[in-house]
Amino acid sequence: MYIEWIWGLAGGLLIGLGAAVYLLGNGRIMGASGILGGLVDGSDRTLERLSFIAGVIATPLILSPLLSSAPMTHLTDNFAVIVIAGLLVGAGTRIANGCTSGHGVCGISRFSVRGIIATLIYIGAGGATIALMRHVWGLI
Amino acid sequence: MRVLVSMLAGSLFGAGLLISGMTDTTKVQGWLDVFGNWDPTLAFVMGGAILPMLIAWRMTAHRRPLTGGQFPKMSPPELDRRLIIGSVMFGMGWSLSGLCPGPAIASITYGGLGGLVFLAAMITGMFAAPGLGAQLDRSANAA
Repeated sequence: MYIEWIWGLAGGLLIGLGAAVYLLGNGRIMGASGILGGLVDGSDRTLERLSFIAGVIATPLILSPLLSSAPMTHLTDNFAVIVIAGLLVGAGTRIANGCTSGHGVCGISRFSVRGIIATLIYIGAGGATIALMRHVWGLI
Repeated sequence: MRVLVSMLAGSLFGAGLLISGMTDTTKVQGWLDVFGNWDPTLAFVMGGAILPMLIAWRMTAHRRPLTGGQFPKMSPPELDRRLIIGSVMFGMGWSLSGLCPGPAIASITYGGLGGLVFLAAMITGMFAAPGLGAQLDRSANAA
């Protein structure tokens, strides 16, 4: 039976709760690319950004011993793919001004047209990319 | 206070990413791979995350943020080159790797060398973004 969805839903609720705390507490959109990108650009609120990132890194470290198996990312070991993908994700999310958390979680829940369109586009582009790279060309 | 709110939000976000399985690239690529062994988990994560935020956005109507200031205004529903081309680039990189910015940060302690290289490339891409964005605007004006 497929039970992963329970963990998906539980984890999703925590992500949404984090976004709600950030919005109602600080009046800001919880977008991972925006929070990190602001540090890269040297924008204001440096300490807030750093403490958010510290929280994101620390909790998986604290929680992982409680899991039945150690967490794994299963990232490809092809470093060319990793570098190209990283460049595209970094540049793309900053140019589009949002990623899965900002445009996706925060945008869709606000019925933001830009958030919904961005989400449809990155899921569509992602689906097309994996279809071509995996099933047509067999590269990943 | 704002720093504590940020840390609490980041902690919840990191815990959610780990528990939901979204730092596992096979789950993300599985969601995008509709012609392969399709994995619906991401839809449950997205749905679960949107629920508290639906309530949170409603709560913004008659109050101010806890630490003062204003809630962010909704951007006008304009679709420009930046939104479209940036999202296409992001979708391609997301699908090639199975990582988006949140999980790339959350998995830094267990993502190995590949995870660190991804993060470094992602930050490099963020450095390049303002220049690339300006180039897009120029080509839009020229067209």
